[in-house]
Amino acid sequence: MAIQKKSNIHILDGNQAAAIAAKLSRVQVIAAYPITPQTPLTEQLSQYVEAGELQAEYVAVESEHSAMAVCTSASLVGARTFTATSSHGLAYMHEMLHWAAGARLPIVLACVNRAIGAPWNVLNDQQDSISQRDTGWIQIYCRNNQEIMDTVIQAYRIAEIVHVPVMVCYDGYILSHTEMPVDIPDQKDVDRYLPPYKPHTVLDPANPKNYNLVTLANPRVGVDGKLCHGYMELRYLLQEALQNSRETILQAGKEFNEVFGRDYANMFWEDREDAEIIIVAMGSLAMEAIVAADMLREEGIRVGVLGLRVFRPFPKSDVVRALRKSKLIVVFDKNISYGSEGATCSEIKSALYGTYINASIRNFIVGLGGRDVKARELVDATRKAIASLKETVINPDYPEWICQI
Amino acid sequence: MGTRECNHICDESSPGIGEAGITGEWRIVVPSIDEKKCIPARSNKPTCFLCWLYCPEAVITKGIPPSINLEYCKGCGICSQVCPVQAITMLPEEKM
Repeated sequence: MAIQKKSNIHILDGNQAAAIAAKLSRVQVIAAYPITPQTPLTEQLSQYVEAGELQAEYVAVESEHSAMAVCTSASLVGARTFTATSSHGLAYMHEMLHWAAGARLPIVLACVNRAIGAPWNVLNDQQDSISQRDTGWIQIYCRNNQEIMDTVIQAYRIAEIVHVPVMVCYDGYILSHTEMPVDIPDQKDVDRYLPPYKPHTVLDPANPKNYNLVTLANPRVGVDGKLCHGYMELRYLLQEALQNSRETILQAGKEFNEVFGRDYANMFWEDREDAEIIIVAMGSLAMEAIVAADMLREEGIRVGVLGLRVFRPFPKSDVVRALRKSKLIVVFDKNISYGSEGATCSEIKSALYGTYINASIRNFIVGLGGRDVKARELVDATRKAIASLKETVINPDYPEWICQI
Repeated sequence: MGTRECNHICDESSPGIGEAGITGEWRIVVPSIDEKKCIPARSNKPTCFLCWLYCPEAVITKGIPPSINLEYCKGCGICSQVCPVQAITMLPEEKM
């Protein structure tokens, strides 16, 4: 289908893109606490509300824990809600992240990825959102500002179908404070793509309900005489929703493409048929990996790139398909699971277990606390990984760090 | 039998009288309302109802005077504590 493309390109940084996307999504309640590097996003949103450009309630809170508590309550009442945070703010929200997912509320959170102390650091890595991996949220990592804009809008569509909150993650400063051309979608088109939220929970004094009270381990019969889920059945349903959300995410992408002409699927994959070496990276780092792959190909080394986008649910079968011809997989992580390895490397290894793919895997930890990652460094690391195959094809227990220790 | 037919995706229930079930034989005191003191009964107006508001078992019905469902009342005594005119006395349970 030919897209009638009216381009409306503006020069925006990542925070502006996220703010405009939240406005286009017609969010009804925003509760956020400012934290570097997310601050300009919340300032922009409060300005929209103050100027009457956005018909929403902006709740100024005293902490991120309260921000997510407000979003949870507002979503339970039946409103479309938005929040944003970074680093320590996300860590402070941790308890309420579990609550939002457990209550199956379609909240969208923009996480502007930043390192966590100690020591203090306000620059980029992905340790903050990776540390929230097991809270039951869908996690999507953006590679540029257009993708931030589009992903926030898609996130509501996905969240409101599968009833799972979505964390839209993008790299602090590298995207949040870097301006690039972004096509701003038409409000009419967004309204067509994103119908008003139909809540599955409504707090209404005329029809009182209890939500998420003390729930026993075993199923029990409710006051209406029907058998209700126990705690474990409800946990299973959350896992099932995430397992099944792959299809919804892909479908939401396809429908987005029909309206706006851009599709991101759940990962991006440079399908170079001859590539036996695949570089894997997530977020803006994957863009750097493409530059590195091009440099290596100029030297005659056949390299492809797998850019991870959806981290939860982890797209195991799609990853296996992308890596089917690989002999060496070089995974760059901007996070570290201390005592183990980079989080995406563990996921890749887990996805490949039991398949016919028996590639060697090398993991490098890069860019923590805003340490600059140059394409040249990715090239050198990849060369080092290739050279290491002469000594052993066995995967090392622990990753290598690109730093000066 | 599984719980698939329960169409809730998070814990959800309607508040009902006696969520904690019919009271066992362990209750030792029961509330008794003195209509001469009770504000709605004395004034013949639907007012006060603090006992109704505070009852954790939701077994008190707003009425003139309020009525207490003793099948489910656990005998906690909160109603007698919150009553502003001390119209509710906790009397010893008469064993069957």
